[in-house]
Amino acid sequence: MGILDRVAIAGIGNTEFSRDSGRSETQLAAECIKSALDDAGLAPADVDGMVTFTIDNTEDVDLIRNLGIPGLRYASRIPHGGAGSGGSVVHAAGAIAAGLADVVVVWRAMNERSEYRFGSANAAKPAPGGGAVNMQWAVPWGAATPACWQSMVSHRYMTEFGVTNRDLAEIAVLHRKHSLNNPNAFGYQKELTVEDHQNSRWIIEPVLRLLDCCQESDGGQAFVVTSLERARDLRQKPARITAGAQWVPYPTDAITNFYFEDFTEMATTQGMARQLYEQSGIGPADIQVAMLYDHFSPILLQHLEAFGFCAKGEAMDFIRDGNCALDGALPTNTHGGLMSEAYIHGLNSLAEAVRQIRGTAINQIEGVEHAAFSSGMTGLILGKD
Amino acid sequence: MNLRPAPWIERDGIPFWEAAKRGELVAQSCKDCGVLRSPPRPMCPDCHSVANEFRVLSGRGTVYTWVIPRYPPIPAYGEGNIVAVINLDEGVRVVSNLREIEYDDVTADMRVEVFFEDAEQDYKIPVFRPATA
Repeated sequence: MGILDRVAIAGIGNTEFSRDSGRSETQLAAECIKSALDDAGLAPADVDGMVTFTIDNTEDVDLIRNLGIPGLRYASRIPHGGAGSGGSVVHAAGAIAAGLADVVVVWRAMNERSEYRFGSANAAKPAPGGGAVNMQWAVPWGAATPACWQSMVSHRYMTEFGVTNRDLAEIAVLHRKHSLNNPNAFGYQKELTVEDHQNSRWIIEPVLRLLDCCQESDGGQAFVVTSLERARDLRQKPARITAGAQWVPYPTDAITNFYFEDFTEMATTQGMARQLYEQSGIGPADIQVAMLYDHFSPILLQHLEAFGFCAKGEAMDFIRDGNCALDGALPTNTHGGLMSEAYIHGLNSLAEAVRQIRGTAINQIEGVEHAAFSSGMTGLILGKD
Repeated sequence: MNLRPAPWIERDGIPFWEAAKRGELVAQSCKDCGVLRSPPRPMCPDCHSVANEFRVLSGRGTVYTWVIPRYPPIPAYGEGNIVAVINLDEGVRVVSNLREIEYDDVTADMRVEVFFEDAEQDYKIPVFRPATA
């Protein structure tokens, strides 16, 4: 058992997901944190730690004066943008295991659709902390968006393994199927066909069409992390942190990541998943459901392979054979994922992993003992108590 | 067509862009152990020396991956701008553009050679085209 297995996620909370929240990011943060505390049965006065992303625009000092939190013993931030999203909960759990805090709130709040859009072309140096140091060596050639940077890596994978954009339509359709009955999802009750996908405009040819991309959305998502012992006395069934890990391999970059030797290998996720298995003593066959970061459809292929859910180069067949469907061997992104639920920088998918462990997901999978979450450079295995 | 935008330059990358103005494609190399590195950085990850120099490369390599950004349109680069990752013969890698070839004719690992396009503020940008024999 890993040291983090004595820690659990005790509360989850989110705002609505929308294209225009109509309020400040600080308000979204305060609302989702309060909602997560209510879910756990805790009060702001119980909180003594807070963690978010380096690139979140809201501030813990602002949030404690909104929520009336008496003081923080632990305040931290995780780098690498969405790739680091799972790390926010991993580091919160580490702080609790080390005795640095008792109740840590993790949050991400963004008006990413109404105030700024990650899909816009970058032309200037971003704020530090995002981990995209190589952006200066891509933008001068017109490689200026996350979609472009991911496509440059994915195209080599697709070339080597014969995957086409038409194949990727299966991934878009899969995610949409999972969101059809999810009222929180952008894809609620909106059917999507392969033809719709193929008719959507190119974003990056020949890799990504519009319907290969995640949503751009406004919203907030929060978690309450505390000791397993304390979580057992709270309102919800604890989601144990069976394992949690981060891996930042040489010479990676958070997204403008072009200098590692073999683009068909996802070294970040391979190294992270290996640690998850070592910490927990379980393997891919012991995981019943997976939430894998799907900012762009082809990344799902490399996640599945990096975790060992299927062999290298076989992920497209693995999906086509139905393994990631709700009735498949490894139901994946059962809420619709970032492509069809919303994009709260990955954390809304971690909330779905918690719901699958609790048994409260809209598309609840029977017999879930362990749920995997991956955001690429960070990830977790959650377990039933 | 309008000139390409001037590059985005940070301190450790200045010699690369100055060399490009002279029509040279260079890579940084460690002055002590000689290992090449791309992109530039102030310390050698092998021997930790901070002494470095920029070495002129052959300008020849192979196409590792390539795409066309279609949306959002970035008019400064023109319609159908091909972005590519090039494995240079000296063993380092650069992001660049492919020119003088139709997208459908690009193949993985095809041989390419460097040339330079004018940019604003008298900068020149290294780009690649199919290699001549």
